Amino acid sequence: MNKLIFASILSLLFSVSLPAQQYFSRNALVKFDATAPSSPEEIKAVNRSGTAVLDVATGDMAWKVLIKNFLFEKSLMQEHFNENYLESGKFPNATFSGKIVNLSDVNFKKDGEYKVRTKGIMEMHGVKKDVEIPGTITVKDGKLQVKTNFSVACADYNVKIPGTVSDKVGKEVKINIDAPMEPKS
Amino acid sequence: MKKILLLLLFVSTSALLSAQNDLLDLLDEGPTTDYATASFKANRVISGQSIENTPRGVLDFKIAHRFGQFRFGFEEFWGLDNANTRIGFDYGITDRFMVGVGRSSNADKIVETFGKYKILRQSSGKKVMPVTLSYYADMGIKTSDFPATDPPRDELFSNRLSYTHQLLIGRKFSETFTLQLMPTLLHRNFVPTTEDANDIIAMGIAGRLKITKRVAINAEYYYTLPDQIVSYDYENALALGVDIETGGHVFQLHITNSGDMNYKGIISDTREDWFYQDENDKWLSGLRFGFNISRVFTIVKPKDFY
Repeated sequence: MNKLIFASILSLLFSVSLPAQQYFSRNALVKFDATAPSSPEEIKAVNRSGTAVLDVATGDMAWKVLIKNFLFEKSLMQEHFNENYLESGKFPNATFSGKIVNLSDVNFKKDGEYKVRTKGIMEMHGVKKDVEIPGTITVKDGKLQVKTNFSVACADYNVKIPGTVSDKVGKEVKINIDAPMEPKS
Repeated sequence: MKKILLLLLFVSTSALLSAQNDLLDLLDEGPTTDYATASFKANRVISGQSIENTPRGVLDFKIAHRFGQFRFGFEEFWGLDNANTRIGFDYGITDRFMVGVGRSSNADKIVETFGKYKILRQSSGKKVMPVTLSYYADMGIKTSDFPATDPPRDELFSNRLSYTHQLLIGRKFSETFTLQLMPTLLHRNFVPTTEDANDIIAMGIAGRLKITKRVAINAEYYYTLPDQIVSYDYENALALGVDIETGGHVFQLHITNSGDMNYKGIISDTREDWFYQDENDKWLSGLRFGFNISRVFTIVKPKDFY
């Protein structure tokens, strides 16, 4: 009887979010390339203010990127991206909420490069999708560098490409992320 | 006992599940300032200015045509045979300050240069500003010769000059609707008679309604206050148009009663109304077709790009 009470109190204690170590990024580099194979001009943009948080105890991870902060070479392209494609007035952020599924493969206390697999929900342009994204976490001097490359399909997030520019805007968009993360407990 | 255990297990798992959502909430940065963008699709509504500016480092090549009146029919191909053209270049020095130059082929053949500065930007969120306020100023030079007079008159260069000062006050009410007011002052150095005012005050009002992501309809009206132009009959300019946006161009198509593409022409030289009766009480229309094409080129790339 006492063992049961003891065990149940323990399980309750561990379920409450302990002040586990969380790593934050406020200047994650998020790049994308949506240039179609036959396009005469490049469709690329860069966002240097992506935010992310990683809880090393549970492997839970969240990312939030402000669509208005994507910088294009051509300002008219940037205006169209915000007004017509991603409709950033209605959907200001792109987010990812998930966790590292192979958390045990990573030793946050030992310098090195660790391959990770993540699973979660990506939300963009008002559409939520289950995604699995691989990446690498490099641990050095108590800080992390999180990198990943993956592709998304415009159609998956209801991003419509009109026929007149279908030779320029690709259906698949390559995304590249490089984020320095620092601990903040 | 089992019930208590089950309850504890339930509480602990639900606490774990909510952890992921709490993480996303941690990234909320609090209120930020959201500036209104793309109130109009171009830096002109139809013939007059809009509250939008050409962005920094961007060159906007402008071609505008105003044709002859529709009423001349098949002979003149409904006005197309009689085309006036304005060629111009607009350039954004900063995101808030732009300059431009242009030349119209109408009778006066005016070359004008202008500057437009965004004093206040409409924003919501942390900093709230209900309107965008811009100041526009131009100087126009009539480059065609004055008609010969008898006895011949000493034509001073200053006779060719006219100036416009304008405040543009606009608000993007929603993704689909924008409205702006344009109190305008036109100064003409040289006027037909001493009874005509050199300084003319006009009030403009313009709006746009976005009907699809890439198509909008516009209206632009300039009301020239009465008793300023005395020696001839003039009309107020009203234009109705459609904007079509493609990858790198904005096409603006419209009908209007003003054949001019600069403020001196629009405010002081519009001669025919949309519909009017001539001396025989016959109904006529001063309406004509016109279009603007805007093509943007990036001259100076943004600093932080790649």
